[in-house]
Amino acid sequence: MERIREKLQILADAAKYDVSCSSSGSSRKNTNKGIGDTGSGICHSYTEDGRCVSLLKILLTNYCIYDCAFCVSRHSNDIKRAAFTVDEVVELTMNFYRRNYIEGLFLSSGIFKNADYTMERMLKIVKKLRLEENYNGYIHLKTIPGASEELVTEAGLYADRMSINLEMPTEAGLKMLAPEKSHEEVKKELAVIRDKSIQYKDEKKLIRSVPKFVPAGQSTQMVVGATPESDQEIMHTADSYYKSFSLKRVYYSGYIPISNDTRMPIIGTQPPLIRENRLYQTDWLMRFYGFNVKEILNDQHPNLDLDIDPKLSWALRNPHFFPVDINQADYQAILRVPGIGVSSAKKIVSARKFGKLHIYQLRKLGIAYNRAQHFIRCADSPFQLNEKEPHRIKGIILQNSQSKYMKSQPNQLSLF
Amino acid sequence: MVDYVFDGSFGGLLTAVFESFERKHTQVRLLLQGQTHNAFGEVFNIHPDPVKADRVWKGLQKKTGDVGCKNYYKAFLSEDPVIFQHLMDYALYIFHHGEGHAMNFGNDHVLAIAQMARKVHREKHRMEAFVRFQKSSDGLFFALIYPDYNVLPLIVPHFKNRYADQAWLIYDEKRKYGIHYDLAQVHEVKLGLQSVQDLSPAHTAINIEEKEVLYSSLWRTYFKSTNIVERKNMKLHVQHVPKRYWRYLTEKGDVEE
Repeated sequence: MERIREKLQILADAAKYDVSCSSSGSSRKNTNKGIGDTGSGICHSYTEDGRCVSLLKILLTNYCIYDCAFCVSRHSNDIKRAAFTVDEVVELTMNFYRRNYIEGLFLSSGIFKNADYTMERMLKIVKKLRLEENYNGYIHLKTIPGASEELVTEAGLYADRMSINLEMPTEAGLKMLAPEKSHEEVKKELAVIRDKSIQYKDEKKLIRSVPKFVPAGQSTQMVVGATPESDQEIMHTADSYYKSFSLKRVYYSGYIPISNDTRMPIIGTQPPLIRENRLYQTDWLMRFYGFNVKEILNDQHPNLDLDIDPKLSWALRNPHFFPVDINQADYQAILRVPGIGVSSAKKIVSARKFGKLHIYQLRKLGIAYNRAQHFIRCADSPFQLNEKEPHRIKGIILQNSQSKYMKSQPNQLSLF
Repeated sequence: MVDYVFDGSFGGLLTAVFESFERKHTQVRLLLQGQTHNAFGEVFNIHPDPVKADRVWKGLQKKTGDVGCKNYYKAFLSEDPVIFQHLMDYALYIFHHGEGHAMNFGNDHVLAIAQMARKVHREKHRMEAFVRFQKSSDGLFFALIYPDYNVLPLIVPHFKNRYADQAWLIYDEKRKYGIHYDLAQVHEVKLGLQSVQDLSPAHTAINIEEKEVLYSSLWRTYFKSTNIVERKNMKLHVQHVPKRYWRYLTEKGDVEE
């Protein structure tokens, strides 16, 4: 009993740097009075770092033949090692699930012996859950780099989501810290799942009984701040992977120093939380706001501002785009106004059919008017002789807004 | 202004709407039994009538559709007297106007109900997340909750679909009733418990299974191990898991090691 607790401690601790905890996007139904289903995802709890706990996120083992400098489980690291048995993982998952602690299992692993040996064990676990326990809850399975196509494909029949991490935003960064790994290998595995997904979907159109294949899609993760890549390099990589492999998500994980390796930030350095946040904001702008990554990050502007968000930053660099007339402009233009989000933009477009919108209505609809006012015109906007300079607008907004990062001085941060 | 006194039930509310039409009362103050009513004006006691209630419900369905009706019911589950009045006025407003007015958020009643329905929905979702079952020695998975609103009726389908192969009981400590799934159907149950302490074997014949202690403590171990200390952010933590829910959450107990 105490052994299982120790294993759980070690293997949960080692798995926690994988940030994905999504449990949505699948639609597995409970069949034959079995156990579990999936839907729009539920966060069952939140840790003290404010991250959601949706899945039981563990490694099968933290023994690893690789020696990736950024990884806490690297071969040369002197830490306690442990490995779950197949039955232990199944029992933990089922017992946690039955008590409504979790939405499902997130299973990753260090690589012991070789890739296929590890992948086979993981496959055994998901098969046992699905076939013997009649379990229909969520399963997120990490693909082991270098595992054979047959194993990966078979696993896809039981998992809801599969992922494989790029680890570093560029091949050069990866080669520096993890010479045994390569982006080529990641691309190969991503392509296998992508192509099989398309194939299964096509077949399902003709034959209804064709099983689901990775119904919640694929995702990947990059560590940010361990190597000196610019935000431009990070987001351009993300963009190309979104496009080439139709990924559901790219996750950005601010590097938390876990090693005395002098090639990376030393232990005790604060993780780059603001930068991580700005990258996610950029990711959202690309996926939901119709921005091209080149508009936000380019050679003239290779890094995101830390003191203001990327949308505001883009608006200040493009004053010719504004003011946007709320009562005339199309949806895409309204979406680009700082302080207006997707749902407000939709409300505006449908509400203005019933009459011209005024300031009080915009406030009621839920837009951040104090921010948006500098960029819009509506029915009763005050007349202005000439537009304010971008740097003045930035000053006003920073003065009047309370950032959650206020503790850190904005002007100091912008130095690097 | 006429006072209507009703029993707080959904059928009672809908019957009140029906009566106000029948009696051509356009301005009604809706009161709960026990609330002080107008000493001088007219007072009507509403007796819930399934036939009348059903007619009003069908009418609402026709005028506002499924989504409108769902929101109407959700807002009712808030148990808020102010909302009861809005529900009364909303129904009259809807029946006196043409279709589409359920989307007129410029109207106070429409807006109030939409906003309350959202709050109740959020609480429903929280309960789907925060229910923590314990397993008894005879295989029953049971949980206590203390939700802000009366959301038990809303969470039945979720738990029934998900935990189809285990018997479970979710008990609302605040409202003193629960929902029990017996592997076939979900029933409403009353245990007559006064407090959480009463959920002891002597009162309920619920004995905790031996392994229960193991799994609840393993869960606490996991919860602690998956936290990243370097990223600690208690403000965000409390925002997501408000303190009033902590005493029902297994993971917020101490880790026994």
